[in-house]
Amino acid sequence: MELYIRPDYEIVRNESRCTVCRVCERQCANELHFFDPATGRMRADESKCVNCHRCVSLCPAHALKIVKTDDAYRENANWEAQTMHEIYRQANTGGVLLSSMGNPKPYPVFWDRLLINASQVTNPPIDPLREPMETQLCLGRRTVKAERDEHGRLKDTLPPQLKLSVPVLFSAMSYGSISYNAHESLARAAAELGTYYNTGEGGLHRDFYKYGKNTIVQVASGRFGVHKEYLETAAAIEIKMGQGAKPGIGGHLPGSKISEDVSRTRMIPQGVDAISPAPHHDIYSIEDLKQLVDSLKEATEYKKPIIVKIAAVHNAAAIASGIARSGADIIAIDGFRGGTGAAPTRIRDNVGIPIEMALAQIDARLREEGIRDNVSLIVGGSVRSSADVVKAIALGADACYIGTAALLALGCHLCRSCHTGKCNWGIATQRPDLVKRLDPACGCKQLVNLITAWKHEIEEMMGGMGINALEALRGNRLMLRGIGLTDTELRLLGVRYAGESL
Amino acid sequence: MREGEFRNPSGCAVAGVIDRSGRKMTGADMIAAIEVMHDRSNGLGGGFAGYGIYPHYKDFYAFHLFFESQKAQEETEAFLKRHFEIVYASEIQTRKLPAVSGEPVIFRYFLAPLPRKLANSHLPEREYVARCVIRINSEVAGAYVFSSGKNMGIFKGVGYPEDIGRFYRLDEYEGYAWTCHGRYPTNTPGWWGGAHPFGLLDLSVVHNGEISSYDANRRYMEMFGYKCTLQTDTEVITYIIDYLVRRQGLTLEEVSHVIAASFWSTIERKKEPARSQESLLRRMFPSLLITGPFSVIVGYEGGIMGLCDRLKLRSMVCAEKGAKAYISSEESAIRRIEPSLDKIYSPAGGEAVVYELYRQGGRA
Repeated sequence: MELYIRPDYEIVRNESRCTVCRVCERQCANELHFFDPATGRMRADESKCVNCHRCVSLCPAHALKIVKTDDAYRENANWEAQTMHEIYRQANTGGVLLSSMGNPKPYPVFWDRLLINASQVTNPPIDPLREPMETQLCLGRRTVKAERDEHGRLKDTLPPQLKLSVPVLFSAMSYGSISYNAHESLARAAAELGTYYNTGEGGLHRDFYKYGKNTIVQVASGRFGVHKEYLETAAAIEIKMGQGAKPGIGGHLPGSKISEDVSRTRMIPQGVDAISPAPHHDIYSIEDLKQLVDSLKEATEYKKPIIVKIAAVHNAAAIASGIARSGADIIAIDGFRGGTGAAPTRIRDNVGIPIEMALAQIDARLREEGIRDNVSLIVGGSVRSSADVVKAIALGADACYIGTAALLALGCHLCRSCHTGKCNWGIATQRPDLVKRLDPACGCKQLVNLITAWKHEIEEMMGGMGINALEALRGNRLMLRGIGLTDTELRLLGVRYAGESL
Repeated sequence: MREGEFRNPSGCAVAGVIDRSGRKMTGADMIAAIEVMHDRSNGLGGGFAGYGIYPHYKDFYAFHLFFESQKAQEETEAFLKRHFEIVYASEIQTRKLPAVSGEPVIFRYFLAPLPRKLANSHLPEREYVARCVIRINSEVAGAYVFSSGKNMGIFKGVGYPEDIGRFYRLDEYEGYAWTCHGRYPTNTPGWWGGAHPFGLLDLSVVHNGEISSYDANRRYMEMFGYKCTLQTDTEVITYIIDYLVRRQGLTLEEVSHVIAASFWSTIERKKEPARSQESLLRRMFPSLLITGPFSVIVGYEGGIMGLCDRLKLRSMVCAEKGAKAYISSEESAIRRIEPSLDKIYSPAGGEAVVYELYRQGGRA
C-alpha cells in the first residue's frame, strides 16, 4: 500500500464564470481537468497539479485560480508538510528525490543586501538619454605587453575575445532539457541582441548552425554531440566542470526526453537515458584541465576563447586561480541558486555557496595574485534583474549568465517540474504538441524586450553613478554598500556598510 | 582621521606653464596665476611642481619628504642609507607665514642608488627608485616622500596655493616648466601629504575632478605593486600614467586613448590606423579607462600635458605666446601672467594637449 500524499494546491473554479469550454482540459499535460457528464461541469484531480498556471492563464472566462491548500497537518516548525511529503515519497519509491530549477530555500540573497551609489554635487550624474553610455564589452584574456611593428604602431597581440553589446549572456541549457523552440528563441534573441547563448551539453541542432557567431558550445563530461564541426561553428567553447544547481554530480536526461532529433544531435541512442558522469574522466586534476583547454585550442586553431565553467563551492577562489593559469580565457561561475532541468533535491538545496560570495572572493584572489587579466569572469545562478547585473559587475564580474530569467521571459511559471518532461509552456519538454505552444518568434521578441529593458536600466544606474562605460564599473566596489550584513560578510564581499563614508 | 584613511572628493584649480625654448622662469608667475583662481580652492591644499630647478644636482634623484616625528626621520634615513648614496641632505628652506601653519618637518635629499644594491635587485634603475618610494610611503609611519624625480621638485601643503608658494619661497627657484594646484576638498585632509601635485619619479600630476571609476582603477593598479595609500584620484591617475608610460612604453597620446578613450561609436568613425590603434588600446587596458569629471596637467621631464575626461566635465583652456605655452582651469589665470596671447583655445574632452621643449632647445 502506498502512503497517501495530499495535494499541495486546490483548484478553485468559479462555477458562475465557467462556460465549460474545456480549454483547461486540453491545455493540461498533466491531465487533471476533466468533464463530468453527470453534472455537466468541469472537475479536477488536484493530485496531478504542479501549479504551472497554464490553465489559469488560458481560461478565457478567468474562472480558475490555484490556491495553496489550507488542509493542515498538526503544526510543527521542525517537520514541515514538504519535509513529511518527501519522506512519504521516498518511503513509497525508495528513490532519490528529483527537483528542477533553482534552490527555492530561504537562504540569504546577498544581491538584496547590497545598495548602489549615485552622484551628488561633487561629481555629476550622466543622463543616458543625452550622453553616450557604453554597455558593450569584450570577454577574454587581456594580458599583453605592448609590442610595436616597424612603423612604431602597436601590434594586436590580444588573444581572441568575445564582443558583447550588453553584459548579459544566456546560460547553458541543453537541447533535450529544453525544447527546439526554446533553443531557437534563445539563438535568435542572442543574434539580435549582439550577445551569446549556450548550447549546454546537448550538442547543437543542425538547424542552428547558422547562429554559430552567437553560440557558445559546451563540452561536458558526457561529450554529447561534440565533433569538429560543432567546435568550429561556435564563437567560444565552454568546458563544463560543474553546475551551481548540482555541484559534484553529473547530468541525467531521462530516456523519455531523448526524441529522435535529440538523439541525433547528442549522438546517442534514442529513448535511452543520457547520463553524463560526475567528473570528466580525462580530468582528475588541474593539469588535466590544462590539457583539455590546449586540445580544444589546438582543434580550433587558437581562434576561439575557451570558457571553463565551475560550480561555486567552498574553495572556489583557489580553483579559479588554478583555472586562470590553465590557459582558459574565461571562467564562468555558477552559484548555488542556479537552475537546472533536473537535479537531486538534496544536492540542489544543500551543496555549494552563493554566487555573490564566490565572485567577490575569486575576483579578489585573482587580483592578489596579479592574474585578473588572465581571464574574464561570467557569473550566474541566480541573476534576476538589471540591479543584480550592476552589483555583480561592481563586485568584479565581467558579465552575467541568465538562465531562469530567460526562461521566465519565454513564459515559464517556475512550477519546477522540468524533470517530468511535461512542460505545459513548451519550454522544458520534447512532446511535439507541447513544444509548438512556444512560438520562437514570440519567444525571441520577449527575450529581446527583456534584455533591452535591462540595458536601459543598467544605463540609468551607471549614469547615476557618473560612470559612462561598463569597464569603469567592473570591480568598482566603492560603488556598493552592504546592509543587514555581518562584519564577516562585509569582509568577504569587500564592501563597506551603508552609511560608512568613502 | 587623515587623508589616506578616507576618500576625499575635491574641486580644484589647475594651471601650468612651459617655456619650450628651455628658458627659465621663477615660480612667481605660477603663484600669481593660481591666486586669480582663489575661489576654486578653500584653503585646504595647494602645491606646485617645478622642472629644471636643480641644475647642479640634475643627475640625482631629489626626494622631498614630510616627517611627522624624529623617529620617522631616523627610520627613513636608515632606509635611504641602505639603498642610496645620500649626496646632499638638508631641511627645505621655508618662509614663516601666518596663513600657513601646522607644517611637518620638510627635508630634501639628493640621492644616487647604491650600485651594488641596484645590480642585485635586477631592476631597472627607475623601477628600483619607484619601489623605494612606495615602500617608504606605505611602510614608514609618519614619513612621506612627496617628490622623487631628477631635476624637478614638488612643493605642497595645506593652505591656499598662493600662500604655499610663498611659504616654499618659489620665487627663488627657476625652472622651464611649472604646474600648480589649488584644492577644494570636501573633507579636511588632516596632513600635508594629501595636497597636490602628486608625483612619482619625474612624473607629477595636478588634477581637478572626482573620478567615478576610482575603485576599478585602484584595484587594477594594485595588481602591479602600486599602493594607493592616499585614496585620492590624483594618486591613482599618476600611477596609471607611470605604469602605461614607463612600464608599458606607451606614448602620452596613447595614454590619453586609454584613460580618456573616445566612445566606441566615435572610434568606429575614425580613419585607419587611428581606428584600430585606439580600439586596440581600449581592449588592452579597459580597466584603466577613467570616467567622471577630470582635468589634469601632467608634468614630466621636458614637457607638460593637459587632458580632460571624455565628456569634458571640467573646464580647461590652453594658450600659446611665443615659446611659452599655458594650460589652466580658467582663462583668467593665463591672462593674469600673459595678457596678450598668440592663440587660446579649449581642447575637446579626451584630446591630449602636449607641450614639450623644442628639440634643439636643449633640455634644462
